[in-house]
Amino acid sequence: MVEQQYVFREVKSIIFGMLSPKMIKQMSSIKVVTPELYDKEGYPVDGGLMDIRMGVIDPAIKCKTCGSKLKECTGHFGHIELARPIMHIKYAPLILNILRSICNECTKPMVEASKLKNIITSIEEGDEETTTTGRTKRTKGLVDGMKSTTKCPHCNAKQEKITIEKPTTYFEGEKRLSPIEIRTRLEKISDDDIQLFGLNPEHARPEWMILTLLAIPPVTMRPSITLESGERSEDDLTHKLGDIVRINQRLFENINAGAPEIIVEDLWDLLQYHVTTFFDNAVPQLPPARHRSGQPLKTITERIKSKEGRIRHNLAGKRTNFSARTVISPDPMLEIYEVGVPLITAMKLTVPEKITEWNIKHVKEYVKNGPKEYPGANYIIRPDEKKKKITDETKEQLLEEIEPGYSVERHLLDGDIALFNRQPSLHRMSMMCHRVRVLPGKTLRLNPAVCAPYNADFDGDEMNLHIPQTEEARAEAEILMQVQTQLISPRYGLSIIGCNQDALSGNYLLTSQLEFSHKEASDILYNIGVDDFSRLPKKDIVTGKELISCLFEKDFNFTGKSRDGNEVIIKNGKLIKGILDKANLGEGSGLLLRMLIKKYGEDKTILTLGQLYRLGIEILLRKGFTIGLADTDLPQKAEEEISQILAQAQVDSKDFIKKFHEGTLEVLPGKTAMETLELRILELLNKARDNTGRVVAQNANQTSPSMVMVKSGARGNIINLAQMAACVGQQALSGGRIGKGYKNRTLSHFKENDLTPDARGFIKNNFKKGLAPAEFFFGAMTGRDSLMDTALRTPKSGYLYRRLANALQDLKVNYDHTVRDANNKIVQFKYGGDGVDVSKSEGGVINVDEIIKSTQ
Amino acid sequence: MPKVDPTKHILVPKHSKLSEAEQKKLFDKHNINFNDLPIILASDPAITHLKLVKGDVVKIDRDSPTAGKSEYFRGVQ
Ligand SMILES: [Mg+2]
Ligand SMILES: [Zn+2]
Ligand SMILES: [Zn+2]
Repeated sequence: MVEQQYVFREVKSIIFGMLSPKMIKQMSSIKVVTPELYDKEGYPVDGGLMDIRMGVIDPAIKCKTCGSKLKECTGHFGHIELARPIMHIKYAPLILNILRSICNECTKPMVEASKLKNIITSIEEGDEETTTTGRTKRTKGLVDGMKSTTKCPHCNAKQEKITIEKPTTYFEGEKRLSPIEIRTRLEKISDDDIQLFGLNPEHARPEWMILTLLAIPPVTMRPSITLESGERSEDDLTHKLGDIVRINQRLFENINAGAPEIIVEDLWDLLQYHVTTFFDNAVPQLPPARHRSGQPLKTITERIKSKEGRIRHNLAGKRTNFSARTVISPDPMLEIYEVGVPLITAMKLTVPEKITEWNIKHVKEYVKNGPKEYPGANYIIRPDEKKKKITDETKEQLLEEIEPGYSVERHLLDGDIALFNRQPSLHRMSMMCHRVRVLPGKTLRLNPAVCAPYNADFDGDEMNLHIPQTEEARAEAEILMQVQTQLISPRYGLSIIGCNQDALSGNYLLTSQLEFSHKEASDILYNIGVDDFSRLPKKDIVTGKELISCLFEKDFNFTGKSRDGNEVIIKNGKLIKGILDKANLGEGSGLLLRMLIKKYGEDKTILTLGQLYRLGIEILLRKGFTIGLADTDLPQKAEEEISQILAQAQVDSKDFIKKFHEGTLEVLPGKTAMETLELRILELLNKARDNTGRVVAQNANQTSPSMVMVKSGARGNIINLAQMAACVGQQALSGGRIGKGYKNRTLSHFKENDLTPDARGFIKNNFKKGLAPAEFFFGAMTGRDSLMDTALRTPKSGYLYRRLANALQDLKVNYDHTVRDANNKIVQFKYGGDGVDVSKSEGGVINVDEIIKSTQ
Repeated sequence: MPKVDPTKHILVPKHSKLSEAEQKKLFDKHNINFNDLPIILASDPAITHLKLVKGDVVKIDRDSPTAGKSEYFRGVQ
């Protein structure tokens, strides 16, 4: 192999320009003259579109231009000589602008000669506005001025308006301008004048926008594929180029034969169509060129543009090896920073391990196990980076061969580093670094405490796993992305990982009422991964508060509030007052976790958090926890109170309706009587529903599991409970009561213009009792509406986010605390107005008093 | 219609002109020039009463729930 030569050069600037006909000829290796591709033997025709001077796609043939083989030769351009000039679709708007700005007679830009000099020098030198945006703005203003001029300031010729008939036909008044005429006009513009349009004449003369030569892209960027049947299938671009060459030839022949101008012009227009669709096959005014099967051809613009285009698909979005994707499932027995990897995946994903004198012995064990036995290895890598697969046949020989300097791609082991990711990756916490735990089963496992940052649940969600392959990548992942480092959300400065669901219910029960024998308490501690029982009080009965205190350090002090507003006090590592619920243990709320992180660091906190989580679940496991219909039972008195409230609401709303019909309803300012009535009734009914909710909250069994879930913040709220026990309430469509779907009524079993609650979507029954048919239908209506709403909103907000992220992606905080964009322009003078790094704050604020207190 | 003075509005923070010296101090502090500043139009209702011209710099004193007061600067266009 030839030693590779690297040339290092700094890119100073980039110039964008157009290809001049001269340039096209220079870089062309062949003039294409025939639309034929291959001869009878299947060999590329000389002067055809697959000519081997434009590069090769057949491994057996060498390139005629550079002599290299396939993959070494990147291909060479060819060219076609067009019989008549052709407009370039992508320059159509610029051509129009220039044509309108120059005089139709003398082709001079229509600004006064005295001003002209000034403008040109000011553009050349550029005053303060040397940035491209500034220049674009200036030229745009200038062109707008020239376009509206009706009389040439140089030759006084009156200007006929230039119009465009999209895509590529231009008119001067009624007269059609042929590309030849346009080209002559553009040619006449002097190099100095052309700078008015922001063009640099060295790299972009305006007449180059009208093609006389067409560059043919190399064969290598439009390879043909051989189907299984042995048939050859050509690339879309080759198809299009074939059309162009064919029509171009016919045009040549007709012109030479002196054919009538109509025929020539028809062919000319056809050639124009083919060249236009060659550049862009999605021009709105043109029918797209199609395959015989009817699907549109993918030409140059379609290759680059949009999500499936070169940029977003191939450059911005690459594919990786050493990655896995499957369904996820929960496993609270994993530590929060771990990820459970199925054994079969662990035997496919590998880590390259460098062999040294110190590890050769156990690495040889991996090789001995081979790819089929865990923990084994799949490949060895020789010092020259050649890979060799380990099989039963090669195993013996490879074992002999390996020595320090070799690498072995061994199976994943516990403790290996992996990146874990769930789409949509809207967050930096959507991709975190976990430690591998190889487990039986076929799903990726994660601790349910990290569901929040990934926004994952287990209704079939899938997640991706990546194994970094180099030491640098692993170090980077560990330092920047490990779960521990992501604990505090940069959005609100609180722990984004915390207890949820059962863990909250369990810890709520534990800290509010439970007691255990000393023996059982130690058993629980052991089961959640604590083996130091010295913190457990030495008495026969241990309370829940004492049990949970074993997880805190001895010097931990904390005062806070629980969800119901009562005080929570932890003193010297002992929970002496209060109940631990979502306000303190949950993600994104409460300062308990934040204080743990601050005092003991992330590594310690994440272990404690795992123990807290398992403790909650262990409690439920031992005590049993299940919700039932009886949870919604209310005492007789409460039932009566509820029906009383609902009956009163009926009466009150009838009263409103009566007043409305009599015209005595007091109309709210800015509203019609009807609107006022609707508003009043809605208000009334919502109040009634809330009142029933209050009755439920007061009278329901406070110790029922449903209530425990509500109070701890694990799941559900009092409204859900009230809907089951008392009254579902008013169904609302777009902010109001359900409107008419039939003639003057909601459903056909109500009277027309019935304004009573029942007829307009009020569900007075509860879920336990069951809904009346009409009520059920109203519920289905709002249900469908909200379903539609989410289905429509998700892609909208996704696109909004994409635009926002793209617009903000290169803003950064500088050393002087200013936020600047890529041009070093200032966006904020102090990051966020206050200079606070939220991830280092407590809930977004820096508590100065606390800091002062802690230093005293 | 009564004329509204936007500078009296509760949501409009105080805008004031920066003196030459203050301008230079600001530019030196951040090592920037006029074009690196965020912009404000001379015709902006919040500063029309200051009668500013292109090239002036406006200081905006904003209330902030976290920082108390925060300063912002804009170059007049
Ligand atoms: Mg899901
Ligand atoms: Zn070549
Ligand atoms: Zn003229």
